[in-house]
Amino acid sequence: MAGSVNRDNLWQRVAIATPYLWLLLFFLIPFIIILKISLADPVIAQPPFTPTFDEQGALSISLDNFRFLLTDDLYAITYLRSVVIAGIATLLCLALGFPMAYGISRAREQTRGLLLLLIVLPFWISFLLRVYAWMGLMNNHGVINNTLLWLGVIDAPIQMMYTDIAVFVGLVYSYLPFMVLPLYATLERMDLDLVEAAQDLGATRTRAFWDVTWPLSRPGVVAGCMLVFIPAMGEYVIPYLLGGPESLLIGRVLFDEFFVNRDWPLASAVAVVLLLLLVVPIVILQRNQARDAEAAT
Amino acid sequence: MEYKQEQSKAAQEENSSFIRISNVSKHFGDFVAVDDVSLDIGKGELFSILGGSGCGKTTLLRMLAGFEVPSGGSIEIDGLDVTRLPPYERPVNMMFQSYAVFPHMNVEKNIAYGLVKDGLPKNEIRKHVDEMLELVQLGDFRRRKPAQLSGGQRQRVALARALIKKPKVLLLDEPLAALDKKLRERTQFELMNIQYETGITFVVVTHDQEEAMTLSSRIAVMDKGQFRQVGTPKEVYEFPDNRFVAGFIGTINTFHGSIASISEETLSVYSDELQLTLPALGTHPVEVGQEVDIAVRPEKIFLSRDEPDNPDDVRIQGVVDDLGYLGNRSLYRIRLANGKIVQVSSQNRRRSVTRFLEWEDKVWISWRPRSAVVLVD
Ligand SMILES: Nc1ncnc2c1ncn2[C@@H]1O[C@H](COP(=O)(O)OP(=O)(O)OP(=O)(O)O)[C@@H](O)[C@H]1O
Ligand SMILES: [Mg+2]
Repeated sequence: MAGSVNRDNLWQRVAIATPYLWLLLFFLIPFIIILKISLADPVIAQPPFTPTFDEQGALSISLDNFRFLLTDDLYAITYLRSVVIAGIATLLCLALGFPMAYGISRAREQTRGLLLLLIVLPFWISFLLRVYAWMGLMNNHGVINNTLLWLGVIDAPIQMMYTDIAVFVGLVYSYLPFMVLPLYATLERMDLDLVEAAQDLGATRTRAFWDVTWPLSRPGVVAGCMLVFIPAMGEYVIPYLLGGPESLLIGRVLFDEFFVNRDWPLASAVAVVLLLLLVVPIVILQRNQARDAEAAT
Repeated sequence: MEYKQEQSKAAQEENSSFIRISNVSKHFGDFVAVDDVSLDIGKGELFSILGGSGCGKTTLLRMLAGFEVPSGGSIEIDGLDVTRLPPYERPVNMMFQSYAVFPHMNVEKNIAYGLVKDGLPKNEIRKHVDEMLELVQLGDFRRRKPAQLSGGQRQRVALARALIKKPKVLLLDEPLAALDKKLRERTQFELMNIQYETGITFVVVTHDQEEAMTLSSRIAVMDKGQFRQVGTPKEVYEFPDNRFVAGFIGTINTFHGSIASISEETLSVYSDELQLTLPALGTHPVEVGQEVDIAVRPEKIFLSRDEPDNPDDVRIQGVVDDLGYLGNRSLYRIRLANGKIVQVSSQNRRRSVTRFLEWEDKVWISWRPRSAVVLVD
């Protein structure tokens, strides 16, 4: 008896420990390494940064890299641009994804599976290929322009490639499923009686949506927005392939510092700041939610 | 006939038909959920719709509430044709089978919701909410979220929320189904009190016949989308209109037979099963020779060791096949000579440790001539 209880306990602990172990191995340790590099100085050597402890064993770290990020406006502007672009892309995804998720969750059971399949279908093709396909569509001599020219709607090709528009198209297209799926999960679970109860008590359809459906889908909205905003913030491929040279985003800066300038310490500092920019609002959000839940008790 | 005298009191009092359901049907594709139903419900009635699972009770209620549009027919409430009105324009509120209490609002906000939508001033809403909280005894819980309430408390929030708009009609879909037995009994009487105090017309859907019997002024027994009988609990119980109603409400013993003779007062039926001619009350026009069932309730049958002496009574001999002690009453299964089992229920008026009857004891069963009814279809 006692043995089996102990074993149950052990398994319980293993089950609880697994995600923490995962985070430790693949998130915390790499982060500490990056943090360590960000506090070093660049050198032309292998590896290209000074060690944390010098030959005498004394700690040799500096905040120079972070200071440099503050002195050059380029970084602040790029961070801001990234936040704005990722933010707008997230809102666009929400605006498109909510009606989609809502429609799927209210569709007949047989159709639902098919519609969900269509949402995840693009994942079967390599991400890079799909972005290239958009280049083919949006080029000056691409499918869209050629069709419009042929139809006589326009006289000259519209410049779509290498603009912010193209970046938004790429971002929204790529991340929409990450918005739709969590939204669908919350909407599908929602008790439809609640909406009818609101209507019964005098709310029109629209009113009932804003009073009941929308607040109750908040967990899905929050999850979807995070799943879109976070990767969109660090996105490199889409702005690189679809955006113009002047549309500098933080992912691009990060890449250039690492691989073009080979300034690992500065690149690491950029990454650390990016992480803080993402983590701090999430922590605040979660604090708020916890406080809401507590206030309810 | 007795049936005529038993005519529903409620129906006589409420000659005005407050809710008028005329030839209402609802089709879902090929499936007919509600089949050409007509019904008048009087003002202030506590009316129950009773039926088994899937018989169309909820569908009918949803048409009254405005969530389904009838495929045919019309619904009038207090002289207003509401057949096609959306839910938020009807003078009707509904208490859902699932209660549908808003999980993101506290008790107070849930109850106030209907009045907020009506745009009442804040202080007035507050006054009404306080009244409702008192009515359903939830004053101490006003700031709680539904997740922190028990099932019975949630049920009362749902009730208060539906009552606060003082609807002309309150629809209740299985209001007590989710509660345990004790709470259900108590809540039954609370519901009746609240209905009496507010004077609002209640239409209650239930699959629990006992609940329907205790609660209602009248009952409609529903099967496969149609009403099989509408009447007071007493009418439906004592004078079931047909075999379905007889079998659905309570237990009943039936014997096959055919009409032997017809008199002003009673019918006389020859039962081939019992090889006896029995008196029975009829509620439908019949002809001599027509095949019918004779039905007797278990509690209308008396048991005795010696042959009963009243010659008018129906008397049959049998043996005790099985017996069960239920505290307040005992149930017996009596096997007749032809092997047929008759159920008898008797009150345990005297306390005794020794049983009055044992297995395989010879007994006489008997019932009064007016205790049996004839079932035609
Ligand atoms: N929207 C719908 N589409 C198709 N069929 C439906 C729909 N709503 C109800 N039905 C069918 O209509 C029939 C009656 O349903 P209803 O919900 O009225 O039953 P009920 O009497 O309330 O049963 P229960 O006691 O189980 O709640 C059922 O067979 C159900 O499957
Ligand atoms: Mg139902």
